[in-house]
Amino acid sequence: MDILSSFNYWIVIILMMIGFYIIIANNNLIKKIIGINIFQTSIFIMFISMGKVIDGTAPILTDSGTLYSSPLPHVLILTAIVVGISTTALGLAIIIRIHTAFGTIEDDKIQQKIK
Amino acid sequence: MISSQLPALQVVLPLVAAPLCILFHNRTFSWLLMVFVSLVSFGISCALFNQVLAENTITYAMGGWVAPWGIEYYIDKLTTYMLLIVNGIAVLVSLGARESVENEISSDRIYLFYTAFLLNLTGLLGVIITGDAFNLFVFIEIASLSSYAIISLGKDKRCLYAAFRYLVYGTIGASFILISIGLLYVVTGTLNIADLSQQLANAENTATITTAFVFFVIGIAIKAAIFPMHLWLPDAYTYSPSIVSTFLAGTTTKVFIYVLIRFIYSLYGYEFSFFHESFDNLLIIIACGAILYGSYRAIKQDSLKRLLAYSSIAQIGYMILGIALITELGLAASLIHIFNHAFIKVGLFLAVTAIIYSYGTDSIERLAGMAKTSPFTFILFLISGLSIIGVPLTSGFISKWYLIKASLEAGYWGLVVIIVFSSVLAIIYIGRVIEAAYFKPEATNTAVLNNKKMPHLLFLSLFIFSFINIYLGIETSLNVDMAFQIAHELINK
Repeated sequence: MDILSSFNYWIVIILMMIGFYIIIANNNLIKKIIGINIFQTSIFIMFISMGKVIDGTAPILTDSGTLYSSPLPHVLILTAIVVGISTTALGLAIIIRIHTAFGTIEDDKIQQKIK
Repeated sequence: MISSQLPALQVVLPLVAAPLCILFHNRTFSWLLMVFVSLVSFGISCALFNQVLAENTITYAMGGWVAPWGIEYYIDKLTTYMLLIVNGIAVLVSLGARESVENEISSDRIYLFYTAFLLNLTGLLGVIITGDAFNLFVFIEIASLSSYAIISLGKDKRCLYAAFRYLVYGTIGASFILISIGLLYVVTGTLNIADLSQQLANAENTATITTAFVFFVIGIAIKAAIFPMHLWLPDAYTYSPSIVSTFLAGTTTKVFIYVLIRFIYSLYGYEFSFFHESFDNLLIIIACGAILYGSYRAIKQDSLKRLLAYSSIAQIGYMILGIALITELGLAASLIHIFNHAFIKVGLFLAVTAIIYSYGTDSIERLAGMAKTSPFTFILFLISGLSIIGVPLTSGFISKWYLIKASLEAGYWGLVVIIVFSSVLAIIYIGRVIEAAYFKPEATNTAVLNNKKMPHLLFLSLFIFSFINIYLGIETSLNVDMAFQIAHELINK
């Protein structure tokens, strides 16, 4: 087991931590949304990596192959991407309204104004 | 036959009704549609309840694709128990919602409010009824996204920030749930919950299964606002429109606790869940923390809605406590408390909705002496308040009684002390409201901004909630027997 054999999963962990760090540490609300996006993308990569069967071909019914990769994770991830887009859209819509209401999208300034 | 299609209709009906609100673009029509849909939905859940009593379990293959390949709707006693709670609350809350919504949400957004409300109902019902793990994730996100939207509809601008924070927390929680479902799929190759539990029972106990378990519990803990992952809840309940806090307080957290119960008892089986890394001890510590922290913070609040929000965190602790005892009695106590607390807390929040409608404020100080001007509101608040303290002859007493019995049976004397102590704290925080409203002199210059009379329908639904609180305290066969049957089935599965 060297690092290269599970290269995808290392990328998943690294992306996940980058996304998580942005969500926690960044002060800008839009950057927080970007952090959420990176976080979710790492999960998408995880699912898609899981679907791969070694030596399997694309899951299309032809004579050329008998071993197929699992298509189900891809389908699930299409749904998860839609959910992710909805979350991003809603988050950005709320940020626009936060900007009109508070005049800023910096976390600490909003918290000052609330108090 | 229509009766065989009921499980699908339960979810599809509010889903189809939601866009109708946008198409008709009329606030009265939207409200009528909301009341109508929730009534029919409640009727469907009653019919399902009857079917389950006769047949024990119902499975419904969505689109004719048979499980484990297709999406399956799985209905047993626990499912109908939760469906009845959510639908019952939806009917009563939407009945009293009209005037308060017109008061607290700007008039050009009211039809959008009902759209999101119906979608939220769809999501919650879907979470309860589905038997497919990935479908569960999708419904969780439907419920959550619509609740972020309705929280942000309030006139108070702080609700926007509360909604955004809830969105960030909620999305992290949902992502954790998604990771967990992915890992379970890798191990078992299936997404059907019934199939998953069989495969897991035969599978070797690897690190992947444990990791999936941990991810799922943390994700659900964020969504259900289990202490110490409750940070989004107080703000979201305080600044959102009152009707929204009312509905969310009664349903969302309970539904996610239900998912936790399903996951621990039906999917993993409690042998795995609890005899692993002493998970039950951890849960008991978390539950005690929630009970003490929530009650303590509730005492110090001036805003009534914030007070009730912290009280909710404490009550969620009770539910977790029951689950963590791993006995039939404990699980039953937890289920009874889910049922009773849903109606108690909605009763309290609905009384606050009426107070805000009449006086435009929920600050305890500014409500001094108001019991004279609106006696009915405060009497109904008092009844639900006594219930949350756990005074005999109210439903709160019944669930605390069973919880104490379960703790004693499991041999945890300390927990009884904590439950009683937390009830004393509840006397203090409910007592503060009662003291201000009944015994303090009427504040002279309190800006009684809009002293409007309580709308009749709001009064009616508030009255029904108070009646249920007393009724369930005297005649317990309705939910207690059911809870014991469910607990028996879950433990001996």
